[in-house]
Amino acid sequence: MREIDVREITEAVARLCIEANHYLEESTKECIARRKAEEDWEQARAVLEIIEENIAIAEKGVFPLCQDTGMACVFLEIGQDVHLTGGSLEDAVNEGVRRGYGEGFLRKSIVGDPLRRTNTGDNTPADITLRVVEGEQVKILVAPKGFGSENMSQIKMMPPSAGQKGAEDFVVKVCEEAGANPCPPIVVGVGIGGNFNRAALLAKQALLVPLDQANPDPYYAEMEERLLKRINALGIGPQGFGGRTTALKVSILTAPTHIAGLPVAVNINCHVSRHAEAVL
Amino acid sequence: MENRQKSRKELKAPFTKEKVREFRAGDQVLITGTVYTARDAAHKRIVEMLDRGEKPPFEIEDSIIYYVGPTPARPRYPIGSAGPTTSYRMDAYAPELLRRGQLMMIGKGQRSGEVMRTALENGAVYAAAVGGAAAVMAQCVKSAEVIAFPDLGAEAVRKLYVEDLPVTVVLDVHGGNLYKEGRKMYLEAHGKDPGKEKK
Repeated sequence: MREIDVREITEAVARLCIEANHYLEESTKECIARRKAEEDWEQARAVLEIIEENIAIAEKGVFPLCQDTGMACVFLEIGQDVHLTGGSLEDAVNEGVRRGYGEGFLRKSIVGDPLRRTNTGDNTPADITLRVVEGEQVKILVAPKGFGSENMSQIKMMPPSAGQKGAEDFVVKVCEEAGANPCPPIVVGVGIGGNFNRAALLAKQALLVPLDQANPDPYYAEMEERLLKRINALGIGPQGFGGRTTALKVSILTAPTHIAGLPVAVNINCHVSRHAEAVL
Repeated sequence: MENRQKSRKELKAPFTKEKVREFRAGDQVLITGTVYTARDAAHKRIVEMLDRGEKPPFEIEDSIIYYVGPTPARPRYPIGSAGPTTSYRMDAYAPELLRRGQLMMIGKGQRSGEVMRTALENGAVYAAAVGGAAAVMAQCVKSAEVIAFPDLGAEAVRKLYVEDLPVTVVLDVHGGNLYKEGRKMYLEAHGKDPGKEKK
């Protein structure tokens, strides 16, 4: 049994909120560079160049990558041999978000009530996803999620007869309907299976997969490639100005499901595909 | 294959309807002068003020409104990151401002049929800034001042002085629409049928 003070979690969350909003993972930057090299449409290349310039400026630590510094999605993996001390875990995470968004000059984008809409002023509460795993470590992943792309996400409870083709057509349709709105080039997270809520969570978690990693199951790895090709054949292009690079990557995560169902969720992220993690 | 070469243009204050007539969908325009920020919450209030016959926080005629909610400014900087927000959320309010002479809307993403029609009828332009390039855009802002609705925080109305703010014309005053034409031109140049993916 290992004891971890929740204040350590607060500090890590605060640091990760700032880090994620200024620095993209190497695999994301490499993916953007690769897609730019493949892009033969001038206006599209010009947009991708501005995006790379933006990444370089954000890395200096003054200006965040995007003004929508997102809803703080915090994924925690807690080892079952860990004993958390010093207070509530949820409070500790929210305190980390409060501190990170305050000290980091990040935008506070959360309203306390969805219909009455008063800003909470400190970007809390975070969207916390908790998983208990073996071991005595705590893994913290912070993924600030912007809503320009979140708003373009969709879920569909399909009949099993829709099959692979039905699922693929739905993913392409969602990307086409999103058009210029989610700031393409986009990253497409697809959750297939589970139930209504699980499919949506899988789609969000698919956005956390590094952009140079394919699904370990060749069946789904091929589907990811096929979907990327179809989406990039739409011609929407960076920012919707036309071009090849509509999507940087499609990631699929799956779960067992019911004999009567085929849930398919599509969570869209923009090119500012942010996440940062730490292990305590 | 044919690659579209579009022109770079400049738009310097004072802004007039005459100056934007030469812009074509797809043109890159560098803007220098005063632009005002407003997102949906501010638009709602401005339209309500106009309905009540009150004076809006800034002169609507010939104005440029940038749909942006910046991050907080760090000490010694005029503004934080300042990229465009998705424009369709302003679609309910934009026609009223366009009828009152607004010159340009800057945001990103598709607009409603009503906004497109009203912009065309009133000689106004819709331009897109690169979504997610908020740090680039921030460098173009030389001064910023909250002039209305400070209670809205990031969504307050700010008067910005910008230099060479880069935008791309999406809807011009001649009926051009980059979101339609850009995609179509790309697909045609690559021997694809623009309607193919649509079922």
